[in-house]
Amino acid sequence: MNIIVCVKQVPDTTDIKIDPKTNTLIREGMESIINPFDLYAIEEAIRLKEQFGGKITALSMGPPQAETALREAVSIGVDEITLLSDRKFAGADTWATSLTLAEAIKKIGNFNIILFGQQAIDGDTAQVGPGVATHLGIPQTCFVRKIENLENNKIIVQRLTEDGYDRIEMTLPVAITVIKDINIPRLPSLRGKRNAKKAELTTWTAEDLGLDENLIGLSGSPTQVVKIFSPEFKKEGEKYELPAEELAEILYKKLKEFGK
Amino acid sequence: MIKVIRDKCVGCELCIKSCAYDAIVMKDGIAEIDLEKCTLCGACVTDCSFDAIIIKKSEQQNLNKDQHNGVWIFAEQRNKEIAPVVFELLGKGRELAEQKKTELVAVLFGYKISNLTNDLIAYGADKVIFVDDPVLEHFLDLPYSRTLSELAKKYKPEIILSGASVAGRSFIPRVAIELQTGLTADCTGLEIDKESSGLLQTRPAFGGNIMATIVTPNHRPQMSTVRHKVMDSLQKDDSRKGEVIKEKIDFSNLNDASKYLGFIKDETQTVNLTEADFVISGGRGLKNKENFVLIKELAETIDAAIGASRAAVDAGWIAYSHQVGQTGKTIKPKVYIAIGISGAIQHLAGMQSADYIIVINKDTDAPIFRIADLGLVGDLFEIIPLLKKKFLKGSAK
Repeated sequence: MNIIVCVKQVPDTTDIKIDPKTNTLIREGMESIINPFDLYAIEEAIRLKEQFGGKITALSMGPPQAETALREAVSIGVDEITLLSDRKFAGADTWATSLTLAEAIKKIGNFNIILFGQQAIDGDTAQVGPGVATHLGIPQTCFVRKIENLENNKIIVQRLTEDGYDRIEMTLPVAITVIKDINIPRLPSLRGKRNAKKAELTTWTAEDLGLDENLIGLSGSPTQVVKIFSPEFKKEGEKYELPAEELAEILYKKLKEFGK
Repeated sequence: MIKVIRDKCVGCELCIKSCAYDAIVMKDGIAEIDLEKCTLCGACVTDCSFDAIIIKKSEQQNLNKDQHNGVWIFAEQRNKEIAPVVFELLGKGRELAEQKKTELVAVLFGYKISNLTNDLIAYGADKVIFVDDPVLEHFLDLPYSRTLSELAKKYKPEIILSGASVAGRSFIPRVAIELQTGLTADCTGLEIDKESSGLLQTRPAFGGNIMATIVTPNHRPQMSTVRHKVMDSLQKDDSRKGEVIKEKIDFSNLNDASKYLGFIKDETQTVNLTEADFVISGGRGLKNKENFVLIKELAETIDAAIGASRAAVDAGWIAYSHQVGQTGKTIKPKVYIAIGISGAIQHLAGMQSADYIIVINKDTDAPIFRIADLGLVGDLFEIIPLLKKKFLKGSAK
């Protein structure tokens, strides 16, 4: 079972501080981490490898420092790492990013399953997984909470829906994006950390992938950001700091007003 | 590529603060961008008060945009029922179509669903294109994307909107790649730009910490997935007339062996979280999984749906399907009760548009109080049992 896990290095958007005076976010000192959802994809890849053998390659597109995220993936249990890094990739939207990753996956070759986290916490699009699958012309299921079975080249997965879970069977090779329910990611091991230091990093540029400059990065991106602004939140209403009994009474009356 | 115009830069350092990637430094009083770190996200361009930073894109061949006409809504159905977000999209689509002086088309597919076309017209569609095929009975990514792509290639719409549902966020990206056009995920605002007559698509990003407006200048159709409960649907008008067109798609060369095997109901959610009028959510303040039962019991007492913060889900107290927030569900109940939730932006992004927000939190400085209509500063472990008692007494009367 050869598995490719796509990972992204992101700023830690969950730990953002807001300037209380201007109500804007303080971006200074934000840490770079592996996209938290990708940790579930890495974990699932390791579990599949433990069961079926094979090899796990972690693939990332990003600036040179994204190497840190890939080495962290090795410390958790990934075997090989490839970084797609080139100034020409910068400014890519999900269309151009998917194409670039898909070309690299073709170059890596010989894969059975491609795993993604459900979305990255900076862009929050969830579009790169299905985008890569489309460029590769392979089936996909997104928002998977469980791999039920895998045998004879058939995989059965459970996909989150609005009111439950769909069971879907697909024929390999496939692309899957996973949600948090799928597993509990393990932490890096001591041996893994040693491996991470030694692991050989493959780095590919646009030229290595034979990609036309007009199809990648900013030039290859159909969408364009024209404005960025801070979200507005509505103002505070009534607030009470009273003994619990009185607070419970206020709440009870309020809920009664709403017909409860 | 990105460039600092040295004559315009005054060295105010606003751009340094705006950069999430730590890619800008001051050198001799002028901003310098580290191209190794810069992702061309454009935040500094917007924040610079002196127009001193520009991002330039190499010129693209212009498509013949005039060939593309009409606003399309993907009329998602599940179990032969139109998804509620579709009616909201028809409301918004109606407005966009009128501004563009074009038609609003609902695109419906499934199996034995021809009875659903009337409702789509009653809620604002001028036309319904529908494909009735057993292959489309349940949502599978490849047949769905094939169908929408083929129809879009044939009719050339200018705009395609879909709900940011599981189906929409799964297969619409495939359609965008196949049509070689842009797609903006999870939009909360859509309008027509008066100057370019293009679609301005606004969405939260960065965990809900920023809003970004995105355009698709040179590709058609312009495509967006749109959050549920942010657009308003029109009043149903059964007297509206519209055209219904039946289409057929050839799946013979699809080369997809995927099968729909069945459905497992989510037993942990007795009241549908996204559609519920009352939602009670618990967060880190509950302290452990056992205590989270308090939320479940209270929800049962007042017949509310159960929500949770990211912290509670990550701690394993409750399934991800209950998570409210930027990376979970976006909801707009009549009443939202946040208990023991501090109110990280990522959570607010999923519930701030609730009609009435009630907050119970021990910490008077918790950020969630900023958006509360009714804030109660106190210990949830005292308040909830007291409240429950009142309800039990009330019902006994």
